[in-house]
Amino acid sequence: MEKQEYTITLYAENTIGMISRIAIIFSRRKINIESLNTSPSEAHGIHRFTIVITESEEVVRKLCRQIEKQVEVLKAYYNTNDEVIWQEQALYKVPTNIVAEKAPIERLLREYGAHAVVIRNDYTVFETAGHREEIDKLTEALAEYNLIEFVRSARIAIIKDSEGFHKKLKEFEQAEPIEEVVENEYLDKQDKIFTM
Amino acid sequence: MNTLEITKDTPHNKLEEKAKKTQLSGSQAVLEALIAEGVDTIFGYPGGAIMPIYDALYDYNDRLKHILVRHEQGGIHAAQGYARTSGKTGVVFATSGPGATNLVTGLADAMIDSNPIVCVTGQVFAHLLGTDAFQETDVINITTPVTKWNYQVTDASEIPAALAKAFYIASTGRPGPVLIDITKNAQLQLFDYEGYTLCHHIRSYRPAPIIRKSYIEEAAKLINQAKKPFVLFGQGVILGKAEEEFKTFIEKTGIPAAWTIMGLSALPTDHPLNVGMLGMHGNYAPNVLTNECDVLIAIGMRFDDRVTGRLDKYAKQAKIIHLDIDPAEIDKNVKTTVPVWGNCKETLPLLTELVAETQHEEWLQKFRMLEQEEINTVITTELQPSEGEMTMGEVINILNELTQDDAVIVTDVGQHQMVACRYARFKQSKSNVTSGGLGTMGFGLPAAIGAWYGAPERTVVAIIGDGGIQMTIQELGTIMQFGAKVKILILNNQFLGMVRQWQQLFHDKRYSFVNITSPDYTTVAQGYHIPGNRIEDRSNLREALMEMLAHDGSYLLEVMVGRENNVFPMVPQGSSVSEIRLK
Repeated sequence: MEKQEYTITLYAENTIGMISRIAIIFSRRKINIESLNTSPSEAHGIHRFTIVITESEEVVRKLCRQIEKQVEVLKAYYNTNDEVIWQEQALYKVPTNIVAEKAPIERLLREYGAHAVVIRNDYTVFETAGHREEIDKLTEALAEYNLIEFVRSARIAIIKDSEGFHKKLKEFEQAEPIEEVVENEYLDKQDKIFTM
Repeated sequence: MNTLEITKDTPHNKLEEKAKKTQLSGSQAVLEALIAEGVDTIFGYPGGAIMPIYDALYDYNDRLKHILVRHEQGGIHAAQGYARTSGKTGVVFATSGPGATNLVTGLADAMIDSNPIVCVTGQVFAHLLGTDAFQETDVINITTPVTKWNYQVTDASEIPAALAKAFYIASTGRPGPVLIDITKNAQLQLFDYEGYTLCHHIRSYRPAPIIRKSYIEEAAKLINQAKKPFVLFGQGVILGKAEEEFKTFIEKTGIPAAWTIMGLSALPTDHPLNVGMLGMHGNYAPNVLTNECDVLIAIGMRFDDRVTGRLDKYAKQAKIIHLDIDPAEIDKNVKTTVPVWGNCKETLPLLTELVAETQHEEWLQKFRMLEQEEINTVITTELQPSEGEMTMGEVINILNELTQDDAVIVTDVGQHQMVACRYARFKQSKSNVTSGGLGTMGFGLPAAIGAWYGAPERTVVAIIGDGGIQMTIQELGTIMQFGAKVKILILNNQFLGMVRQWQQLFHDKRYSFVNITSPDYTTVAQGYHIPGNRIEDRSNLREALMEMLAHDGSYLLEVMVGRENNVFPMVPQGSSVSEIRLK
């Protein structure tokens, strides 16, 4: 079977060690994770993992079953790129003087929908989001203008046919009402805790 | 008169309220949890980080029996043996660091063989976690791949819920080992104990998948149309307590049934539809006919590579029906035509209801014909040799006769294991205890101790090779101290026999480090106050076995068997099951 990029979306209880437990499933089978994102989901106490790998469908299907075997995993889905809406975010740091002086940069950033996050005397940080190829292209172009630093996030993805988990979650919730979960005390309180 | 009226809000009342709550230490809560879960026997080894639990255990002596093993690996194998014969959850205690890491082999063994085990390990104080403190290891991360679930407790109040989850997870669905790591401060900490509540559900955990009737109907249709159906059964039948449902199913359909070594004893050996053992050293007929059947019905087995041989040549002609509680097993190795998810105790009766009453006499005859060929070529020589060195098979054969096929047979790993699985005969379920998936040498002796505690009314015979016994021989000390009535039967061929057999067949007899010399086992046993005997001559075999079985207590018998005897039939690695060799 031909290998292609798959996005695995899994929902798991937000417990310590979950990433390790999930990662072991991949490393044991010598499968490289290309991108991994975890974040709280729309359901209380449940985290959503978005994992990108390149494998055959058969392998991905079996992986998802092994993932679902984990006691704290509620559901794992796998999708091809056509079946998800996905994005990555990137931050670029370039010298401010070059940005100011070189008109093509401005055009380039406009073309890729990037915008400035921070402007300082010594450098400017731009942000953009898009598919990997778009980010790669902008990175390549900015490299010619003394790109100081670059960072890209893991993929986040929404499944186009997204009815699945909401329905499932309702079933799970009906069968087992939510437990008391010790929530991250800093979650959703960024404004109060972190100041620039 | 002025009196002080005590209202609901007075501090005095609050104190009273507090006094009503029971204060327990974390350690006491652990033991209360075990009692609430119906545990009566614990295998373990104390140490610094679990000392508070052992201190509390001193006061629970009347309700909880603790068996002090001689090594933590022995403890967990004993718990496995206990779980396998009792059908209950085995419990192990170990301290932090080396104590906990010594459990890893047993955890891996229990994981692959689906044994319900709860391990409680001590851990350093919570404030020392991650500081490389004395005897600190990252037990949670070390054991993650070999546990069904694990959890670290750092606060005593978490203990009742953590243990309730542990027992629920270990024993439900496809069973497996669970580890609870408890920091020393949590063991010592006093907290308001509000009783113990059994766990019955966890939001994210589905012990058994939903049974889909449409698949059962499809499976029944295939079975009813089949001319040459064949059943393979594994430990799922025993774990699901579905022995009766299984027997009813095969008797109604008249389908020949063969077993994996983990499924052994789920169906009596002498059942007319029992056609023997599958796999690398299994019987000739079931292996050959796997590639001739038209419908293959796998029940509670996982198509291990030792069973299937080459997958690309495995039962390609057959439609496959796979009954399993673990959805991840479906299609994992062998592509399934119809999956039947669920506990076979529930799915088998539904299937039985839909299948037609049939006889497959002609098809069954084929098995019997090939069986005869195996009897003529291999079995008679193995079980009833008239001359030459003693064979492992003849020892098992006489043992069957003397125990009337009703002993619990625990085996270690190697040639003797395959011989015992091939030739031991069983009347009742949960009688065979072996390390199937991991193939752990050193499993036999401690597992036999646990097996006896799980079924003390039965005769427990540990059949062990001269290699495996030396891996956990220290457990003779446990037998001595606690009086486990285990009969230890060492089949000594002065070799690491299975490796030697492979070296002979596939490595031009280059016997690289398979010669193993043994101590004088009877003298060693004597040192542990265990009586014993050693025989080299066939003429003494029956009497020696009788003496062993008649002795009221543990006994060690060493039987010197042929040095270079091989276990046949054999499916050479990388071959198809139908290419099984009779010699």
